[in-house]
Amino acid sequence: MRHIISILIENESGALSRVSGLFSARGYNIDSLTVAPTEDPSLSRMTIVSIGSDDIIEQITKQLNKLIDIVKVVDLSEAAHIERELMLVKVRATGKDREEMKRVADIFRAHIIDVTESSYVIELTGNGAKLDAFLDAIDRSLILETVRTGVCGIGRGDRILKV
Amino acid sequence: MLTLLTVAGSLDHKRDSQVLLHVSGLMTGNDGSKRMQLTGAEIVIRCLQEEKVEHVFGYPGGSVLFIYDEMFKQDQVKHILVRHEQAAVHAADAYSRSSNKIGVCMVTSGPGVTNAVTGIATAYMDSIPLVIITGQVPTAYIGQDAFQEADTVGITRPCVKHNFLVKDVKDLAVTIKKAFYLAKTGRPGPVLVDIPKDVTIHKTEFHYPKTVAMRSYNPVVKGHTGQIKKAVQLLLDAKRPMIYTGGGVILSDAGDKLTKLTRMLGYPITQTLMGLGAYPATDRQFLGMLGMHGTYEANMAMQECDVLVAIGARFDDRVIGNPDHFGKVARKIIHVDIDPSSISKRVRVDVPIVGNVPDVLDEIVKQLEASEGKPDAKHLASWWKQIEEWRKKDSLKYKMGSDLIMPQYVVEKLYEITGGDAFVTSDVGQHQMWAAQYYKFDKPRRWINSGGLGTMGFGLPAAMGVRFANPKAQVACITGEGSIQMNIQELSTCKQFHLPVKILCLNNGYLGMVRQWQQMFHGNRYAESYVDALPDFVKLAEAYGHVGIRATKPADVEPALKEAFVKHKNELVFLDFLTDKTANVFPMIAAGKGLSEMILAEEL
Repeated sequence: MRHIISILIENESGALSRVSGLFSARGYNIDSLTVAPTEDPSLSRMTIVSIGSDDIIEQITKQLNKLIDIVKVVDLSEAAHIERELMLVKVRATGKDREEMKRVADIFRAHIIDVTESSYVIELTGNGAKLDAFLDAIDRSLILETVRTGVCGIGRGDRILKV
Repeated sequence: MLTLLTVAGSLDHKRDSQVLLHVSGLMTGNDGSKRMQLTGAEIVIRCLQEEKVEHVFGYPGGSVLFIYDEMFKQDQVKHILVRHEQAAVHAADAYSRSSNKIGVCMVTSGPGVTNAVTGIATAYMDSIPLVIITGQVPTAYIGQDAFQEADTVGITRPCVKHNFLVKDVKDLAVTIKKAFYLAKTGRPGPVLVDIPKDVTIHKTEFHYPKTVAMRSYNPVVKGHTGQIKKAVQLLLDAKRPMIYTGGGVILSDAGDKLTKLTRMLGYPITQTLMGLGAYPATDRQFLGMLGMHGTYEANMAMQECDVLVAIGARFDDRVIGNPDHFGKVARKIIHVDIDPSSISKRVRVDVPIVGNVPDVLDEIVKQLEASEGKPDAKHLASWWKQIEEWRKKDSLKYKMGSDLIMPQYVVEKLYEITGGDAFVTSDVGQHQMWAAQYYKFDKPRRWINSGGLGTMGFGLPAAMGVRFANPKAQVACITGEGSIQMNIQELSTCKQFHLPVKILCLNNGYLGMVRQWQQMFHGNRYAESYVDALPDFVKLAEAYGHVGIRATKPADVEPALKEAFVKHKNELVFLDFLTDKTANVFPMIAAGKGLSEMILAEEL
């Protein structure tokens, strides 16, 4: 099963490698991993998407808790939560493709954030399925480059991950 | 403050910690007087003094020169110069195992660290509290492939409880304090502090905090009372109960409490390789070690019990064999461990209790005493009757003629001559198993071996560490001609520091355990397990300035041991026992088989 694990970790050099090293050493799977400092610069928040049985996910959360730098670990997917991913797509935009690309971007509530005579950079947020759907909706041969952040997630309502 | 779910109730220990780093109790008074500026090197030594460290095992080199210079200027902390960094860590490790103090070692950057890695991984696998101080190239050189540079924090990350790179001398004292704190609390383990050379020169005021608290680290102590209540009820309702304990009981010094509980219940008890000595091996309730080379009665009782209480043990593959086979018998499992990740890792547990073993044992005893229930005498009697039937198999018996020395016999004689009171270290292989099977440990911290990692070369440096922690004790190192050669250079350290350890080399000319597996599972093809061109160990011992004795027949064994332990009491003696080359360790559970699928000696 797919799980979204949220982590608060001391914002120190090498902290990320402790987490990624744990996953590779114990043979756990990482689908995506995002990390950035929080509003409290001494803490980083990490979101890891992993696929595994309940037993494995339980071991992952226990092993993560054991890392000295980790302050809190939560399996977001155990209850109501929101997940988002950001994608930037650079596409060729010339001739009639230019107008068509703009139209599809609007339908997906995407933004065009860079324009040249022959290309657009389109910014799109949503869950993974929405980003995939956008790529399916445009002419693949026009895609010059894509970059995705991986999932970041947050609990709904009163579910708050904080020190 | 609302916390989002905690993964399980028992994992809640990271909550309610608001303080980033709370430092209190500064060393000097509050008179506002200007404190002295100390160099990083001076601070390292002052920290060790503050921690009351008596012995540091180490090896100098370029990056730690300033620290060694400060070491030289004082005599409170004594430095033990080994002959290889691996030995420094093993010695510090055994120093800790045999005393419950934190072992400390110091090595230089690059090869100093990489040599130490085997020792660090050994300590990590057996949860031994160590503080390892390593030199590093100056901060400005880090990442430039400098001479003797290695990514120490990166290389050691998977085999330490935690590690630090100190980039600013202002952080040095508090980092060392944290290292000592982390090493000993919670599930213990090695902690490494990497110090670049320039940091040892820079100056700052020295404050050594009396305590530290870290918001990200709050190990649990007390077990959950409700869970313990459930456990007590299960224990009282058991028809075929079994107690199974491991290294956690030794590490937390809970042997007495375990013994009290076990006697109170009258239940059978078995111990892992790491747990030996926590409950007296000479007692009738003790069924012997369990696992791959455990006794018939211990493994059968483990398999057939209906309620199992596991304490400070982790259902290792060498202990329960195939977990699916183990799971075929329905039984309720209670698991007490300080590390939540050890629980339900290899087998599903019915009553998990996360907590420090002695605290949990106290609570179990308290609740048992308050309870009106008593163990079911009738069922218990028939369970013991079954166990005694298994015991009659006498699964450790072996045959010996008058020509060849059986290795088991040497261990039995050692037990007799030392009155069962020696500290016994071992290397890894057949001799290790025979030592565990035939030396009956009645006290904890007497049996010192590399259980988790299985490190050959551990025994001799370990014996040195034991002797420093217990200066008057009898120390025997049971080894083989393969293992001893992996750290034989330490004979020189033993000479320098006058360490009268007794080395019992069970010399069968083979890497015995490898040969045993090749005989049993690889069609007698002895690939690379014959050790050709062995040195003359008697002459080798003499070359290092020690005493060497060779024994070649059974009648030589006792006189040789007496000569070593009585006549040469104050000298290191290397006893080279030429043993039966065909002897194998039994009982044995083949890899992947179940606990009740033992191969016994008589079956071959």
